[in-house]
Amino acid sequence: MAETNQFFIEREQNKYEVVIGLEVHAQVTSASKLFSSSPTKFGAEPNTQVSLVDAAFPGMLPVINEFCVKQAIKTGIGLKAKINKKSIFDRKNYFYADLPQGYQISQYKYPIIGEGKVILDMADGQKEIGIERLHLEQDAGKSIHDIDPTNTFVDLNRSGVALMEIVSKPDLRSPDEVNAYIKKLRSIMRYLGTCDGNMQEGSLRADVNVSVRRQGDDNFGTRCEIKNVNSIKFMQMAIIYEANRQVDLIEEGKSIDQETRLFDTKKNETRSMRSKEDAHDYRYFPDPDLLPLEISDEFISQIKDEIPELPDEKKKRFIDKFNLSSYEANILVSDIDTSKYFEEVIKNSDVKLATNWITGELFAVLNEKNLEISESPVSSNNLSKLINLIKDGTISGKIAKTIFEEMIDGDKDPQTIVDQKGLKQESDPKALEELINKVIKNNTSKVEEYKSGKEKLFGFFVGQVMKESKGKGNPQLINKILKEKLNG
Amino acid sequence: MSDITKLSLNELIQNIRNKKLSSTEITNSFIERSEKSKKLNTYVTDNFSSALEAAKIFDEKPNMDLKLPGIPIAVKDLFCTNGVRTTAGSNILNNFIPPYESTVTQSMWDEGAILLGKLNCDEFAMGSSNETSFFGNVQNPIGENLVPGGSSGGSSAALAANLTPVTIGTDTGGSIRQPASFTGTVGLKPTYGSCSRYGIVAFASSLDQAGPMSQNVKDAALLLEVISKFDNKDSTSIDFKRNKYSSELTNNIKGLKIGIPNEYRVEGMPKEIEDLWKKGIEIIKDCGAEIVDISLPTTKYALPTYYIVAPAEASSNLARYDGVKYGFRSEGENLIDMYEKTRSEGFGEEVKRRILIGTYVLSSGYYDAYYLKAQKVRQLIKKDFDNVYNNVDAILTPSTPSSAFKIGEKTDDPVSMYLNDIFTVPVNLAGLPGISIPAGIDNKGFPLGLQIIGKPFDEQTILNIAYSMEEKINFKNNITDWWM
Repeated sequence: MAETNQFFIEREQNKYEVVIGLEVHAQVTSASKLFSSSPTKFGAEPNTQVSLVDAAFPGMLPVINEFCVKQAIKTGIGLKAKINKKSIFDRKNYFYADLPQGYQISQYKYPIIGEGKVILDMADGQKEIGIERLHLEQDAGKSIHDIDPTNTFVDLNRSGVALMEIVSKPDLRSPDEVNAYIKKLRSIMRYLGTCDGNMQEGSLRADVNVSVRRQGDDNFGTRCEIKNVNSIKFMQMAIIYEANRQVDLIEEGKSIDQETRLFDTKKNETRSMRSKEDAHDYRYFPDPDLLPLEISDEFISQIKDEIPELPDEKKKRFIDKFNLSSYEANILVSDIDTSKYFEEVIKNSDVKLATNWITGELFAVLNEKNLEISESPVSSNNLSKLINLIKDGTISGKIAKTIFEEMIDGDKDPQTIVDQKGLKQESDPKALEELINKVIKNNTSKVEEYKSGKEKLFGFFVGQVMKESKGKGNPQLINKILKEKLNG
Repeated sequence: MSDITKLSLNELIQNIRNKKLSSTEITNSFIERSEKSKKLNTYVTDNFSSALEAAKIFDEKPNMDLKLPGIPIAVKDLFCTNGVRTTAGSNILNNFIPPYESTVTQSMWDEGAILLGKLNCDEFAMGSSNETSFFGNVQNPIGENLVPGGSSGGSSAALAANLTPVTIGTDTGGSIRQPASFTGTVGLKPTYGSCSRYGIVAFASSLDQAGPMSQNVKDAALLLEVISKFDNKDSTSIDFKRNKYSSELTNNIKGLKIGIPNEYRVEGMPKEIEDLWKKGIEIIKDCGAEIVDISLPTTKYALPTYYIVAPAEASSNLARYDGVKYGFRSEGENLIDMYEKTRSEGFGEEVKRRILIGTYVLSSGYYDAYYLKAQKVRQLIKKDFDNVYNNVDAILTPSTPSSAFKIGEKTDDPVSMYLNDIFTVPVNLAGLPGISIPAGIDNKGFPLGLQIIGKPFDEQTILNIAYSMEEKINFKNNITDWWM
């Protein structure tokens, strides 16, 4: 078996496997909240997106936002999961200043979405990660402790925003798999338009469950839950720290306490937040203000009709239809905007060239400028034109790179650049022959050396001809004619 | 007209439409009488000056097509009223002025009614005697130092004392029907889902229903017609075809089958209640309806079930009163300290008792034994009713196991207080409509009520039965104005 990217924590005597499960909280893309009509825009002034329902005024009642239900079902379909035709909203009771109702409306025993799966493409092959469930719930508000030395401020803009909690099975085994899992989940939801996956804005965060066990053990170890980690990097750091901490405890002959921990990003360590004994008793019970959520077959099939091609299917099509490598296809489908860009480019141009140009030159520019593909300085239309100019021989690949450099500045039309700068490729055999004759004439000794067997010099002649043509000579033609002349 | 306040709602409307009375005259009369009746402690907050202004505006351009043209009405202080303090009888909402209106009260104003004031009630509607109110107990106009029932005790007392022509209450376990019975008035709890709960301070969401309280059945029918409406702001509101309750009202109940549940003959029930019930049965027969003996075997579990389900929901519903956003706050050292002080000082004893019970029955380890089991029993209770409704059109029972009792008599004994609701609670658990009508007096001369329980959404039938019985009973409340 080839070397795998399995992850173990090794100590003198023992090798430990890390077992990870994630509870991802994904904000539903929706103009209004889960049970009220307040807007959900990010970054608004504090307490400007709060209705009487969100602030839990007396006598205010929740009314389910059908669109959010649809989004959850869409996501469930994307996760190849079971859609539960009847689910129930429960109240999760606890007191906190940013929880106006004194309870969060969530789904406990009967979630809207049941078991599903996510396929990861790892270096050593595919891996399936099980999804335990997906449920809908309200977000809480935000307590702000750092504005005033003695008072806490509360912003209820997020209060009542719809979240999907996506719970994985404990199938993840390494920080790399966590990275791939989050990215895949994010990718699927972005394809579906159900969550924008923006981790900076808190649209995607996760509680990370970590346990360790000796390699070969069948039973899981005692797990700790690391709450509310909001970047993949921090998740990975937290897992590595936490797994090592647990291994150290075991090596010292101590036991692990089941507890909730927090990850301190500054110190790169996890700290105990509360033990199992201190765990809240949330007193879940069905919310009497809401009827059970019943979904008809018609509603589900209607939603199924709206499901776009998802990354796994798209990848397969790209490989089958365009003959792309699995690696190339992965890169092109991983993000919906990349795949959109690619598909726009190849509408009118060569697939192979498009693949190379997007994953090569374009990605380099985007990386350098720290831009998303949706902000690309070169439009898909102009990249497509550039590729066509290469394909029909108007310009060489080398010239194309020069042109591309210019296109970046204001998304210029490559044809215009070619015309303005006279960069059109010289493809007239007669003209090229003249240049070649000139080079041969000026380098008689090199020609002799070549003919006596030093074939490496061929490149030198090509370079000289290219130089004579000011870079515009058609390289294929130059090669062909030069070969005839030198060998003839 | 000297005794405007004695007129029924329908009589007042007739007088307004005939231009014999103006809204201002009527409003003035009720305000004057209310001012002279402060001893009853029915009002928590009056709205008299605004009401007079509204009456004047109505009189300037009267719209007689409205169902409640220019009629002043005081309502239970559990309905949120835009710009008018709403306390739910609690210290914790002592200073709360809602910037919104409940759907039920809005429906009344939309039909021309005018808010006269907010009426006292048990704190968060938890009580059967109006003694748990932060604003003090209410006197029953029937006799001094008698409770008016509860939780809609301010409403029943104000109605019986003619301080408002009709009123609306809320009923979670009997809070409309029991006070109606104690004050010789009519009170109807509609089918769960008939009247929107939007803007009503919640006690137990799966049981709470608003309903009309009135001097007679015809008035109740009219008021129900106004407030029973589908509302998409309440997810438990039901969009069923509602009758025109007042115009479809008939005293012809010939051929209807009325069930008499054996299990309502509870142990220790006073003989006069038994006699009243028998009298009711005879009247029903007189009206040409048929009496059928029925059995509702799970009846005895209703009260314990109710005292699990209602406190459970209440413990969660009342969590929002935490001193953070609105209402009463007692400053503390930190957040937890502030919560503890606010809720200790903000809530009264009975409310705290129910929050504790509710928190307990929902706790991990107890949930299955209490809450879940209670929910199962609730289903059985509902099934009992479903079964008998295959054979009968309605059910006749006493409204309460006793007449009005003395203030302070039961405050130290919560269980005996809870027993007041023994006949009314099953109706809430099953979500059915029920009406209490005055049917007689006991040996102390205090009113006693009979309850008619209907099929879901069949308010018309119980109104019709009540209407025809009312005619035969011809009950007259004996109010002496002793407090003036």
